[in-house]
Amino acid sequence: MNKDDFPMLNNEVYYFDNSATTLKPKAVIKAIVDYYENYSGNAHRGDYDISLRVDNAYESVREKVRSLINANKTSEIIFTSGATASLNMIVSGFFKHQLKEGDEVLITNAEHASLALPWFVLEKEKGIVVKYIELDKNLELTMDNVMSAVTNKTKVIALAHVTNVMGDVRPIKEITKYVHDRGIHVVVDGSQSVPHMKIDVKDLDIDFLAFSAHKMLGPTGVGVLYGKHELLDKLVPTVVGGGMNTVITSLNEYETKELPWRLEAGTPNIAGVIGFGAAIDYINEIGIENIERHGRELKRYAIEKLSTLNNIDIYNPSTEAPIIAFNVKNVFSQDTAIYLNKHKICVRAGNHCAKLLKESLGINNTCRISFYLYNSKDEIDYLVKVLDNENILEESL
Amino acid sequence: MDNNLKRGIILENYSNPFNKGLIDNPNYKRINMNNESCIDNIDIMMNVDNNTIIDIRFDGEACAISTSATSIIIKILLNKSIDEALYIIEQYENMIDEKDYDETVLGEAVVYNEIYKQPNRKKCALLPVRGIKKMLEEL
Repeated sequence: MNKDDFPMLNNEVYYFDNSATTLKPKAVIKAIVDYYENYSGNAHRGDYDISLRVDNAYESVREKVRSLINANKTSEIIFTSGATASLNMIVSGFFKHQLKEGDEVLITNAEHASLALPWFVLEKEKGIVVKYIELDKNLELTMDNVMSAVTNKTKVIALAHVTNVMGDVRPIKEITKYVHDRGIHVVVDGSQSVPHMKIDVKDLDIDFLAFSAHKMLGPTGVGVLYGKHELLDKLVPTVVGGGMNTVITSLNEYETKELPWRLEAGTPNIAGVIGFGAAIDYINEIGIENIERHGRELKRYAIEKLSTLNNIDIYNPSTEAPIIAFNVKNVFSQDTAIYLNKHKICVRAGNHCAKLLKESLGINNTCRISFYLYNSKDEIDYLVKVLDNENILEESL
Repeated sequence: MDNNLKRGIILENYSNPFNKGLIDNPNYKRINMNNESCIDNIDIMMNVDNNTIIDIRFDGEACAISTSATSIIIKILLNKSIDEALYIIEQYENMIDEKDYDETVLGEAVVYNEIYKQPNRKKCALLPVRGIKKMLEEL
């Protein structure tokens, strides 16, 4: 749908790497250029008209994000440089000060490095213990396995809402319901879910949520950290400086502003945030439910067509998200990706930053196709035609 | 060399790589090489005695270009002195980077003389020599 809105698609390219980043519609590019050409100034700084316009534009995006994920207040929305920064802030700004030696954090081995590594650092620094919830034979997370992994030392469960290789949707609502009575916090990486489905942080009762603008039509360098107000209020700034303080004394002390500005030191990525606002408008206009339906339909169609080829192994035919992990039999994933590149098809090869997963999957790396709203069945037909070839390895050279 | 012949040599070295499989021997230096795209992952081990490369072996999982290049480079460097090996590696790097190079020392490795046309394959072709060079420089 709406292919004409995406200038990148004029370049004769078949773009199937949307889990890595998405293409930008003209409306997003225009909003960024408009800021730079017509009201380029800093936010929260000046008393001139332009500066006020910047403030209004920047803060209006915070309201758009609040509404998108149905948070209670705009003060619960912090702009960061991306989901990675958000997750790092959650761990080193909040949990570092809350957890003590021996406390347990549960993750799984299907998690992205951005979610796993900050906990590894805390394990070394504070002596917390990172444990793994077992996945079932399809590498999916079940409530039974969550329940059997929780102990009286468990303090945090940190998970991707949708995993970036297998594309399974985790039962976040059931998890929060089960663990909140036990005083356990739930941290959710929404990088692969917020762009594709309606997320309601109140209904899901998520404590912290991280996601990136660039995976949902927005610019790179912008992300969101959502936290329940009472938790965010205790998050110690991991970066300090301009824009986040109210008083600085000659005794080398300072007081911080209120949320959300307390956690946004320095000049923010104003142009990026404004572009992100245009991306949210664009998504709302199409309707997130329609985007979700389109993605599921493309996945169903692609699985059906790819299954007719006998040279392809598909690893996740039945998960919901529009992500397909596959290999061409007897061809290294990178060779497949380079072969597809010769036909203008962009896919990702490797382990997709989920390096722990290979132990469970039994293969070291895969090719990954991931769809978004501008992909079409015609493109899938072309992909299948190109993959229907016995000489992929030879032709990759 | 025509493209079919080049392709044949690459595929032969990919399907039946030379000296693939590591051995347990404390006289060897070892290095693990991951390329920047985080896919290729090979271990290389090398035994140098009396200023001469006696043996190089490798193992791991990598694309057709990285694997075949490792196989071919190992064959060329066996029984060369350290200085000769460094000279050959320099010529190989120059070839991959489209600079002037001495073709006479490269043997089968000239199959990669047009890899620059596929820039995303260059680092694959360079993977083995980066590892071997590092080990030679650390001797």
